[in-house]
Amino acid sequence: MSADVELENVWIRFGDFVAAREVNITIEGGSFFSFLGPSGCGKTTLLRAVSGFLEPSEGRVKIGGQDMAGIGPNKRPTALIFQNLALFPLMTVWENIAFALEVKGVGKTERRKRAEELLDLIALPGQGDKMVHELSGGQKQRVAIARALAAEPQVLLLDEPLSALDLKLRQHMRTELRAIQQRVGITFIYITHDQGEALTMSDNVAVMSEGVIEQVTDGTSLYDHPETPFVASFVGENNLFRGRVTEADAQFTVVDTNVGPIRARTSTKASLSKGDSAFVFVRPESLKFTNGASADNTIKATVHTEEFEGQFWQVFLDVPGGDKRIKMSLVNDGRQLGHAPGAQVDLSFPAELAVALPEGPLAAE
Amino acid sequence: MNSNTISRVFIMGFVLAFFAYLFGPLIIMSITAFNSSAFPRVMPWECFSIEWFDVLIQDDKLMLGLRNSLIIGAGVVLLAVPIGLAGALMLTQVSARLRPWYYTIVISPILIPGVVLGISTLVFWDRVGRMFNTGYESIFYDGIFLTILGQATFISAYSMLVFISRLQRFDPALEEAALDLGATNVQAFRKVLLPFLKPAMGSAAVLAFLASFENYNTTVFTIISESTLTTVLASKVRYGINPSISALAVIIVALTLVGAVFFEIAKRREDRAAKAAAQVAAGGRAQAARTYFAEPALMLFVLIFCAGLGTVYFAGTLGLDECKVAVKEEKKRRAAARIKERETLQMFQRAKPGQETGTGAVPPPQTGEAAKGTEGYQGIFAPGNLEGQVESDTGGEPAKGTEGYQNIFAPDNLEGQVGGDQEQKSTGQ
Ligand SMILES: Nc1ncnc2c1ncn2[C@@H]1O[C@H](COP(=O)(O)OP(=O)(O)OP(=O)(O)O)[C@@H](O)[C@H]1O
Ligand SMILES: [Mg+2]
Repeated sequence: MSADVELENVWIRFGDFVAAREVNITIEGGSFFSFLGPSGCGKTTLLRAVSGFLEPSEGRVKIGGQDMAGIGPNKRPTALIFQNLALFPLMTVWENIAFALEVKGVGKTERRKRAEELLDLIALPGQGDKMVHELSGGQKQRVAIARALAAEPQVLLLDEPLSALDLKLRQHMRTELRAIQQRVGITFIYITHDQGEALTMSDNVAVMSEGVIEQVTDGTSLYDHPETPFVASFVGENNLFRGRVTEADAQFTVVDTNVGPIRARTSTKASLSKGDSAFVFVRPESLKFTNGASADNTIKATVHTEEFEGQFWQVFLDVPGGDKRIKMSLVNDGRQLGHAPGAQVDLSFPAELAVALPEGPLAAE
Repeated sequence: MNSNTISRVFIMGFVLAFFAYLFGPLIIMSITAFNSSAFPRVMPWECFSIEWFDVLIQDDKLMLGLRNSLIIGAGVVLLAVPIGLAGALMLTQVSARLRPWYYTIVISPILIPGVVLGISTLVFWDRVGRMFNTGYESIFYDGIFLTILGQATFISAYSMLVFISRLQRFDPALEEAALDLGATNVQAFRKVLLPFLKPAMGSAAVLAFLASFENYNTTVFTIISESTLTTVLASKVRYGINPSISALAVIIVALTLVGAVFFEIAKRREDRAAKAAAQVAAGGRAQAARTYFAEPALMLFVLIFCAGLGTVYFAGTLGLDECKVAVKEEKKRRAAARIKERETLQMFQRAKPGQETGTGAVPPPQTGEAAKGTEGYQGIFAPGNLEGQVESDTGGEPAKGTEGYQNIFAPDNLEGQVGGDQEQKSTGQ
């Protein structure tokens, strides 16, 4: 069983501070949805509004079409996995898992049976009698998931559940989480500030910045078609060129920058007209050394350093009038690059792989 | 000897002095409980005896006071622990701005002198009693009832502090998790918060009981015509004490020690369980937890305790009567000897007045008894004094020394003098 979650014009204020501003999102039932944003942008706050620990100052939260206003967390069809898991330290593993059944008044044998089933689901069979502190980090993680699933929620809310784990375990748990979600088929709402996590697991991702939803889309679109400077600079790496629009149509926009005019794709959402201040973003892997063939854009640059990373060469270059060093990633095809520092080079890139966006706030480095 | 050694010796000395200061009175008092002497003292030692424990048990006033103290202690625990818990929970609920004010108010009974609390309790419930026009035999004039109320005013604040410090370590996310999983507020409280607070309840109850048990300054007002252990003890001290009070001290000290040992062992078990669990989590193998009986330290302690108790009991009862008779006879004999000696002295003085005055050549008396009763006071600062005490107690045959006063500077002479003084005192009892 799964349900749509809708946030309609949700505002959340703490005194004068606005933690969520005009949030409008529809999360499809049965999907894996992520909120991605830097620390302190309001992700947890939004999740608490969904789970019922806090009422939005304005707007509505709907689950399965039903308005949740005035319904407490113990009455909502949601289960929350806390940032620190919040497993009950004085109970055994199976008592933790069966807690939701216990408060419903389910008998002990029935509870134990259900707990064992869930332990099988999370691949911890027969570990029910351990205490919580006897488990490893990844096992605790899975017990927290089982405990939440025991409540048979329609929506599972996960607040950075993997942040405390080491890299290996985190990667393993990502696939595990996705597998569990597909097995139980309920809506997962996942919070993270790790874009790798968001991009690999989610059907859809909402990028947040300072309480504002910047963009909601699937992982590939998010990377290839950012709609705001924040998303362009937060998701993946991007080279930024600032300038003024000299030509604009539905397909391409020409921006006069410090490295000369750049022809770039026009963003689907943003409207730019002649004379506007604009940002042009070009991914490091879109830049190439000019090979004589004609290209949409060519810029002159000075090599600063070349770093060999096995699969890639990372080349750092200075451009005239640029406030930041630009970066270029080349797939290692067996050829030595061998540019001396200070060498003058020409770089080129096609207009489709550059995007022009209206000037706006960027993600912090 | 380098400076390091010196400082170490100095520190050792300081530590010893410190412990002597802390525990000296307790140790001395405990020893006096086993001396058959009627006044609590270590010197002179008469007979090893546990009769004062008997006297203690036979003391109806003291036992009544003890009973009342226990009743009041239980009452205070039942009253103060729930109030303290409620107060602590309240603190987590009030808004951050009000919290310091709330804290100051609920903590104030600790800062108010106990005497004031006692008097105000008395006055307040007297008013209440009058309001309902009840007589003096009503509950508002019942010493035990009022003492429970009076003590609970500040002991609740103590137990609240215990709960607050435990609550500060509570992760509020646990309560939210319970709610999120469908628990009602009551269920979340009962199944998550209350089990977490259990150890604090134990500590608060023990603390409340001890605070109630030893309280005097509030109790002395609120107890009215009843009595508690502390008030009985206070009145006893005023009318002169006997070693049964030391016996009571021994019992209390022993109970405290036993409690401390059990607490320490329980704590170690917990630590070890936690460590073993951490090991298991890290991939190690589980170890079966040891039972209390496999606890070597505990078993040793219990053994020593039982053996000690048995020894004390037998030593304190077997041969006690013989010893007492012996002591009595010894005293009698000494008294007689002293009388005889005086007579002899007077006789000699009359017979040879001033014969050897000033020579100082007379051989010193053979034993301490010689100088007894004559110039004792002249030797009180001599180092040999203390030695002499013990010697005189062993009862040397009194020598018929005569001109003791003429040999006041002879060292042997000085030895016996204080012994003589002591002797006089003990026979005077
Ligand atoms: N109860 C509160 N009172 C006042 N401000 C709050 C409260 N809760 C959160 N905030 C503020 O709201 C903002 C968003 O907090 P939130 O916990 O949602 O961040 P987050 O995106 O989850 O960050 P992180 O990734 O670090 O967990 C923060 O600036 C925080 O200070
Ligand atoms: Mg958060």
